Amino acid sequence: MGARASIAALLAGLVLLAAGLQLAGYDAVTALGALWSGAFGSWYAFTSATLVRAIPLVLIGLGITLAFRGGVFNIGGEGQFYAGAMAATWVGLHMGAWPATLAIPATLAAAALAGTAWVVVPVLLKARFGVLEVISTLLLNFVAEALVSLTVQGPLQESRHIYPQSDPIAASARLPVLPGTRLHLGIVLALIGGWGCWLLFNRTLWGFRLRAVGAGPRAAAIGGRIDVQRMTASALLLSGLAAGVAGGVEVGGVSYALYSNLSPGYGFTAIAVALLARLDPLGVVAAGVLFGALEAGAGAMQREAGVPAVAVAVVEAVVIIVVLLADAYGRRALRVTVREAVER
Amino acid sequence: MTVPALELRGIRKHFGPVQALRGADFTLRPGEVHALLGENGAGKTTLVHVAFGLVRPDEGEIRVDGAAVSIPSPRAARRLGIGMVHQHFTSVPALTVAENVALAAGWAVSPAALHRRVLVLTERVGLALDPDASSDSLTVALKQRLEIVKALATDTRILLLDEPTAVLAPGEAEELLRVVRDFTVAGGSAVLITHKLDEALAAANTVTVLRQGAVVGTGPASTFDTSSLASAMIGPGEPMARGPHRVRPSSAGPALIRADSLEVARETGLGIAVRCASLSVQGGEIVGVAAVEGNGQRELLRAVAGRAHVLRGRLDVRGPVAFIPEDRTTEGLIPELTLTENVVLGPSGAMPWLRGGWVDWGAARAFTGRLLRDYGIVATGPDVATRTLSGGNQQKLVIARELARAPRVVVAEDPTRGLDIRATEEVHGRIRAVAASGAAVLLHSSDLDEVLALADRVLVLSRGALLETPAGVSRSAVGEMMVAGGR
Repeated sequence: MGARASIAALLAGLVLLAAGLQLAGYDAVTALGALWSGAFGSWYAFTSATLVRAIPLVLIGLGITLAFRGGVFNIGGEGQFYAGAMAATWVGLHMGAWPATLAIPATLAAAALAGTAWVVVPVLLKARFGVLEVISTLLLNFVAEALVSLTVQGPLQESRHIYPQSDPIAASARLPVLPGTRLHLGIVLALIGGWGCWLLFNRTLWGFRLRAVGAGPRAAAIGGRIDVQRMTASALLLSGLAAGVAGGVEVGGVSYALYSNLSPGYGFTAIAVALLARLDPLGVVAAGVLFGALEAGAGAMQREAGVPAVAVAVVEAVVIIVVLLADAYGRRALRVTVREAVER
Repeated sequence: MTVPALELRGIRKHFGPVQALRGADFTLRPGEVHALLGENGAGKTTLVHVAFGLVRPDEGEIRVDGAAVSIPSPRAARRLGIGMVHQHFTSVPALTVAENVALAAGWAVSPAALHRRVLVLTERVGLALDPDASSDSLTVALKQRLEIVKALATDTRILLLDEPTAVLAPGEAEELLRVVRDFTVAGGSAVLITHKLDEALAAANTVTVLRQGAVVGTGPASTFDTSSLASAMIGPGEPMARGPHRVRPSSAGPALIRADSLEVARETGLGIAVRCASLSVQGGEIVGVAAVEGNGQRELLRAVAGRAHVLRGRLDVRGPVAFIPEDRTTEGLIPELTLTENVVLGPSGAMPWLRGGWVDWGAARAFTGRLLRDYGIVATGPDVATRTLSGGNQQKLVIARELARAPRVVVAEDPTRGLDIRATEEVHGRIRAVAASGAAVLLHSSDLDEVLALADRVLVLSRGALLETPAGVSRSAVGEMMVAGGR
């Protein structure tokens, strides 16, 4: 039922988009055609538009999956992405003398560390005072965005002090690119991440225990003697790490510099990706590519059919709502069966 | 002959492929307490749910005071004067006692008027309750009182009680049954579902036994005794498998649990639950803790099992420890996970499916399959979701998982709660067997008779103080110590 609901959600989103476009006076066929060709129309479009946008979505989406599976809700992917991007930029600017084999790992390690550090405050607040991580991680997004805007007009501003952005990072810190395209090494990280996450959940004791904590924290603590607080803290930190890496990969593979609005809301779209994938790591990879295609196609749609790119947000919103509804409905059906079974 | 207060005729109901009721007849006469008995899954709860509008029968007729009625919802049932006390608490924890009563009765009145009404109501029913207490702060016994007060709040003439005494200590259960009798003396009629045969015989005028969805016996309580009831419930050809009564080991093994001046905090974190408790349990010994709900037994057992924080004193437990928690669905198992996953969830150690930090699910599945066979757990396979198992089979899964790890110490809380006779006997057999193999067993049950039946030695916990009892102590003496405490 899981995959069926996800596909139905996606179709419902596309149908609603088409209907909305038609009602608003656009030519829906042209617009959707442009959406398709912008995403999958050519090898270049697929690799350089769709996959490049899918990379951060998959990486952040995997982090969100880790947290959600452990029963904690990290809504701060956007902030952790920016924390990673800032750290990667700062380190990347100082890598001129280093060979790429050292510079790239150093840059990404800094991004990972920064993304993790960005969740430390929510973790501590949750452990000490029971502050909901939904609130604290969400609010830290605004702090991160403000901090980026501050640093690109201050310590990290480019050397001529004109534009609110950083200097380009050292060439040795940039990720290698597939010749003839803009697809960078980040795709390998995203694929390894998806596979690793799948292994974690399905083959390791730690990953199983994390799932157990998410599914039944009380039974995990009493029946399984698992330190629930420690598990949820680890899940949050790991999910920050993944988003931080996404930020570092974006700087190292796409923008080569830091500026405000580096992310078109990757941290939030990744939540839709994780939900559409029903928190399945391999599904996150697939859903990430799909949403990457939507984002890529949106640009083409704007150029060729004059439809504002934000119209694609309708699809994303409908997907989330339909998946959540299918979930709630599934749970209700489940409750009924369980009740009947208990009543016997 | 008087008109029956409630009459169910030829009720049939199926859930999926399972026939829960196959043409059950049930007659409740005015002014009687009618005990409804049967094993787990016999259809007792389904039958009263039909009368309360929670389950729609596939076939059959319902008559209230002689008139044919249809009861599509609990609301309709209440309009007909039918009230119900459910197997599980149904109060809203965040609300006060009075607010919960108002919610159940549908009273929309000012807080002051509500306060007065609830006071009048509790006095009429004969169960004291503070209307302003928040209901999640109530003890289990008081929560059960609230359930009864709620059921009697409106003009109730027929009261359906689904295992109301399962969670109560003997004294509390008697009080509840007294209230039920007063209610029937005043003209009401009550249906009492229970697993306790003595209780049914003592409290009820009439007894009906269900087996596999059909009535297999009904008549005045005076015409039955516990053994005839038990054989009616279980059916012919299957004598009750009483576990061999173990002789207490003469050469006692080494002390595997040793506690010295133990002090444990309350689960809520406020105050002390167990003070200055000293005990020692040897290998091969079953020690039972008798206590009325909320006297610190939960905290004592959990401290020994390593699940609660010890404030002061010395505790020496030579594990590995097996722990059977009171609530299987929230503390023992995760209903959404598969049986195999729930077996893996148990305390780790050198289990055959562990390779470093990696899990070999094939090995875990095979292990679980063996457990299902060895413990007679009815399931379609190790890969089904645990929630699809019946309560008794879930409990057996917890016990199988814990005992399969060859524990030297076993701590069990209410290990047979809500189980039928057969499942209870099986669990008792397992506990006796693990003790016979040299493990130290520390156990508590809210059913005092179970503690007395299983334990070689009984300790009484009263208001956090642990008392020894002499060998061969009588049931009434233990009951007195439970209530009175240490002088």
